[in-house]
Amino acid sequence: MKKKWIGALLCLSMTAGLLAGCGDSGTPSGSNDTQKETQKETDSQSQGSDDNGGSEESSEGKVLNIYVWNEEFKTRVKDYYPGYEEIDAKSGKIGDVTVNWNITPSDNNAYQDNLDSTLLKQKDAAADDKIDLFLGDADYIAKYVYSDYTMPLSELGIEESDLPDQYQYTHDVAKDDSGALKGVSWQACPGVLFYNREAAKEVFGSDKPEDVQEYVKDWDTFNESAKTLKEKGYNIMASANDNYRVYSNNVTSKWVIDGKINIDENLMNWVDASKEMVDKGYTGAYDLWSDDWKKGFYPEGKVFCYFGPAWLVNFSMAADTEGSIGYEGGWGATEGPQGFFWGGTWIFAATGTDNPTLVKDIMMTLTTNKEIMTDIVIDCDDFVNNKPAMEEMAKDEDYSSKILGGQNPIDIYCKGIDGLDLSNLTSYDSGCNEEFQHAMKNYFQGNATKEEALDQFYKAIVEKYPDLTY
Amino acid sequence: MKNNSKAVRYNKWGYIFLIPFIVVYVVFQLGPMLTTIYNSFFENYMAGLTQVGPTFVGLKNYQKLFTDGDIWIYAKNTIVIWLMCFIPQIVLSLLLGAWFSDVQLKLRGTAFFKTVIYLPNLIMASAFAMLFFTLFSDNGPINSLLMQIGFIDTPYSFLSHAGSARGIIAFLNCLMWFGNTTILLMAGMMGIDPSLFEAAEVDGATSTQVFFQITLPLLRPILVYTLVTSLLGGLQLFDVPQILTNGTGDPVRTTMTMVMFLNRHLYNKNYGMAGALSVILFIITAILSLVVFKVTGNDKRKG
Repeated sequence: MKKKWIGALLCLSMTAGLLAGCGDSGTPSGSNDTQKETQKETDSQSQGSDDNGGSEESSEGKVLNIYVWNEEFKTRVKDYYPGYEEIDAKSGKIGDVTVNWNITPSDNNAYQDNLDSTLLKQKDAAADDKIDLFLGDADYIAKYVYSDYTMPLSELGIEESDLPDQYQYTHDVAKDDSGALKGVSWQACPGVLFYNREAAKEVFGSDKPEDVQEYVKDWDTFNESAKTLKEKGYNIMASANDNYRVYSNNVTSKWVIDGKINIDENLMNWVDASKEMVDKGYTGAYDLWSDDWKKGFYPEGKVFCYFGPAWLVNFSMAADTEGSIGYEGGWGATEGPQGFFWGGTWIFAATGTDNPTLVKDIMMTLTTNKEIMTDIVIDCDDFVNNKPAMEEMAKDEDYSSKILGGQNPIDIYCKGIDGLDLSNLTSYDSGCNEEFQHAMKNYFQGNATKEEALDQFYKAIVEKYPDLTY
Repeated sequence: MKNNSKAVRYNKWGYIFLIPFIVVYVVFQLGPMLTTIYNSFFENYMAGLTQVGPTFVGLKNYQKLFTDGDIWIYAKNTIVIWLMCFIPQIVLSLLLGAWFSDVQLKLRGTAFFKTVIYLPNLIMASAFAMLFFTLFSDNGPINSLLMQIGFIDTPYSFLSHAGSARGIIAFLNCLMWFGNTTILLMAGMMGIDPSLFEAAEVDGATSTQVFFQITLPLLRPILVYTLVTSLLGGLQLFDVPQILTNGTGDPVRTTMTMVMFLNRHLYNKNYGMAGALSVILFIITAILSLVVFKVTGNDKRKG
């Protein structure tokens, strides 16, 4: 009899053990328990010491959940938001409010998928589990601006008139049908051409931006220069995808028209121009962000230029690594053949946030405080969303960028911003841009004809967005 | 009377010990399988932040999969990669197994080598794929090695050519699984009655004759088992090509396997299409298993 019970018990415990795995699938994310624990800890701490400014926010939540796709915004908050203390890589503290960072890389829509599934549960989530603040890239900003999951800023107490110094285009793209402003940005992203000064000296005999501009002033000249560079052993760009944004931002139609995929004429121009370049060996067909693409950040990579906005040179081009071109201050900036933009990050308040005051304060501090914004430019070579400050700095002879070899690039950015046209954005842009580059890579490398590559692109898009047709 | 009831009670234990398996099977396998079939008849996906469906559409998902026609391409890819992996793997495993189990060869350190050949299987497939991605990239070590010995002048893009991309995937899988197969086959070989080998030796058979006339025929049950498990594993080939090609199945989807295709639907929360594809995959798996069993397994009973 005893044995029988032991046997039954063993069976039960085994089954229970196996089933235990699915027990906590109800909670939105695995790290919740630890989040709550740290929150409890900080709560008890703050009750004990009653630290600064805790009392005025006492009616609001004690946990601020932030969803982002890389470290950039976290670094900005850490370095420039007064009162932010870092606890570890995934959390911090502002006063007695715990800040949780949920960082998901944006490859293959992973960030959006993760964000979306959490937003869908937002209504039923406990106050401390709700997303309070999240970021959106220009590629898919429309999807969130036109949804009810983002709060109109007026509900937070921010009116457009409170943000007079910001560039108008950063407001235009963040407004929904009714004209309500939904997000703010601390940066503006006019793109320029960053060239390797050493290479420019060697091949063109000068590394002055005005002189280099003569060799890249339009696409025909650009192609000729590519040939000259090739003879001296340089690739003009690391990858054909480098100037993709220059073409894709100068389109005259949207990616999706009435639920049908539409490929703009200018994108096909990019395909034809790039195919020629790859065939002649002027550039590779690597994916952006791949190791082969990044080789050009170093002198041995023998790459002449990259296209990008300020964040590329400051944040992505290995400027902190010894031996890189950026570390030695070896890049120069010039307008390039055509103006364009790439990326840009908007801050959104998620509907249902329990920390509206804090969210408002973060937004206002990072996007309107002139002192902080100027510091960001000086420290990080970013280009910030503050027109008067930027125009002032453009004329400031004392300011120069170390990465850019002592050049003051603000003037070039300011010029670039006037021509920005973001009216052709759709919520499908991130998937379309990514898949278009993927598919065309096969054409550039000679594995597929243009038609086959286009076919592959259509297939991939319909898989990604089942509501579209072609 | 007492004895009788005891005997009956013992039978019960068999069923009681089966309970954990049955419970787990029903909850984690049978249940999901039935809901998958159910889901495959619905149109159900996310368009951005809005849910479309679920609406009942009958067999439309299946119809769409077949009229698009791509499913056959992916099925072919899967089988081609599996064959490229399985044929060298079985040859290598048979050879190694025969050597390891042959007492006459008096090989030293067999225990050590048995461990070593199994080791690749312990590395995570994703880590292994990442390693190979770096090794075979355009500016990677393999290319610089080949260029240094003067074999090629310009870097060869291994992952941009169908043959080499498939080859790398097959090679990776082969490397990961040949140790496992060797150990299985060796176990089978050691189970063969040694007196048969001795008799053959007395009759003056060469080692080749022994291998083809004695070892292979008697190894058939284990070989069939290996074939079936490898085939099922091959049909579900996913992790290595997914990581190696970043989910794109490049070049031009020649390395896109069935499960990668399934993942593309599932990743975008298209539950209807993913369900339909899963059911098709299930049917193909079932048919292939049955065919293999029919062709090779019935022999014994027929005598």
